[in-house]
Amino acid sequence: MRIPILKMHEYLLISIQVELDDQTALQFQEDLLKRIHDTGAKGVVIDLTSVDMIDSFIAKVLGDVVRMSKLMGAQVMLTGIQPAVAITLIDLGISMREVPTALDLEQGLDKLRLELEE
Amino acid sequence: MSIQSCVEVRNEWDIVSARQLGRNMAKELGFGTVDQARITTAISELARNIYLYAGHGKVCIEAVEEMGKKGLKIIATDKGPGIRDIRKVMEDGYTTSGGLGAGLPGVKRLMDEFSIDSSVNVGTEIIATKWIR
Repeated sequence: MRIPILKMHEYLLISIQVELDDQTALQFQEDLLKRIHDTGAKGVVIDLTSVDMIDSFIAKVLGDVVRMSKLMGAQVMLTGIQPAVAITLIDLGISMREVPTALDLEQGLDKLRLELEE
Repeated sequence: MSIQSCVEVRNEWDIVSARQLGRNMAKELGFGTVDQARITTAISELARNIYLYAGHGKVCIEAVEEMGKKGLKIIATDKGPGIRDIRKVMEDGYTTSGGLGAGLPGVKRLMDEFSIDSSVNVGTEIIATKWIR
């Protein structure tokens, strides 16, 4: 399964709407880095509104893709993390401290725009 | 009477099947959204441990009732290498996989009751229960 990556101006937008298995998550990681490389995107928003569970593996893949993208020069923002998911992640002991987040897609794009203008 | 459903864990996709089964049962039993997420995540972690460390095992999910309380019990069993030092794996931050799983302390925090029984070269059984509040 492939997760669609949409390009909008200098941004890439992703909405994860499938149950993430390991392969899909890793494939997404690779696809996103390739798209960043091909498009020269400066900012990426990964929206997690439809994701109802993030376990330690998915958290690691998401954290890694943020750091990998940063290495390539693109800023990634995770948006729309559900209350239940936030509670579960902290229970699990995963804080994702260094990962930029925003409440929803709109705020995520605003935040990215501000950061990229600096 | 208890209803039990099991998923054999042999590969990564079985981890997804196990947590889908858990989510469906948690929903049916009437758990709220947050506890559904906790249960699903706990199952995912336990199934991943089986896949990573034992290679093969199973995750069973059971509806339980005790003194008027309703709950859901997860039983994760494998015939893998077993855990040499249980006290150590229950310490936060201990890992042998380089941080792939959040580990058992995380699972314990997600659930209400947690027990672990493991013998080296025989296998491991982890039982975790969540009660409906």
